[in-house]
Amino acid sequence: MRPGRISLAALVALGLLSVPAQAETIQVTVDKLEFAPVDVNAKVGDTIEWVNKDAFAHTATATNGDWNVTLAPKQTGRLVPNKPGTTDYFCKFHPNMKGRVIVTQ
Amino acid sequence: MIARLTAGLATLCLLSAPLLAQGAKPTDPQIAHIAYTAGQLDIDAAKQALDKSKNKEVREFAQDMVRDHTEVNKQALALVKKLNVKPEDNDTSRALTKQAAAKRDELAKLNGAAFDKAYVANEVAYHKTVNGALENTLIPSANNAELKSLLQTGLKIFQGHQQHAEHVVSDVK
Ligand SMILES: [Cu+2]
Repeated sequence: MRPGRISLAALVALGLLSVPAQAETIQVTVDKLEFAPVDVNAKVGDTIEWVNKDAFAHTATATNGDWNVTLAPKQTGRLVPNKPGTTDYFCKFHPNMKGRVIVTQ
Repeated sequence: MIARLTAGLATLCLLSAPLLAQGAKPTDPQIAHIAYTAGQLDIDAAKQALDKSKNKEVREFAQDMVRDHTEVNKQALALVKKLNVKPEDNDTSRALTKQAAAKRDELAKLNGAAFDKAYVANEVAYHKTVNGALENTLIPSANNAELKSLLQTGLKIFQGHQQHAEHVVSDVK
């Protein structure tokens, strides 16, 4: 009999503690000035990872100003969205590079 | 040599368009030379801006130009070495260089906001002209697949810079 474990299970059963789904890492490849995939779907708490394969610096910059991820040459940048919504983004250095992040709860 | 490879090019389209249209299809060694020269001229224009401008956005833009075009040209040099191609000077490269020198002298006489406006306006015009040359002449004429691919990446970079420059133009108005 381990009271600690029982009370934890009870709290979960009562809905007082939520057990979050495993957070995932979703990759976007940046190659030859293109974001792929263009649309990325994620849940709140997931990690979006931009893998910059170019020898050029890029950014992933939300058009609404909510976030800005710097993508140095051959480096990876990350974002953990904290609220649901659809956000268009672009590269500040090359505004012809565009993508969209769709976050659900 | 470096001194001759200078600033941006407002009247370039007047001069180079006929040159590009009229001449026979450029060869790969000529294409490599034109693309490299176009990048180097934009780097030199940016260096002039970094010497003269105090505007934060203009300076950041100029730094972006130096960084990106240095990288494209580094890749271009590595490619011509690998392909054993010797870049060949030609009328288009010479026209670009001559126009850039004229623009550099013109910009040298301006200061402050007048310089900033003229520099970024010329950056829009210059990138437009180079994009036109890449799209209509250089990319379709390139024989080597790797050269063609590098030019296509270069075009996307130049198109990005054009949009970036257009944005800066609206900010320095
Ligand atoms: Cu970019």
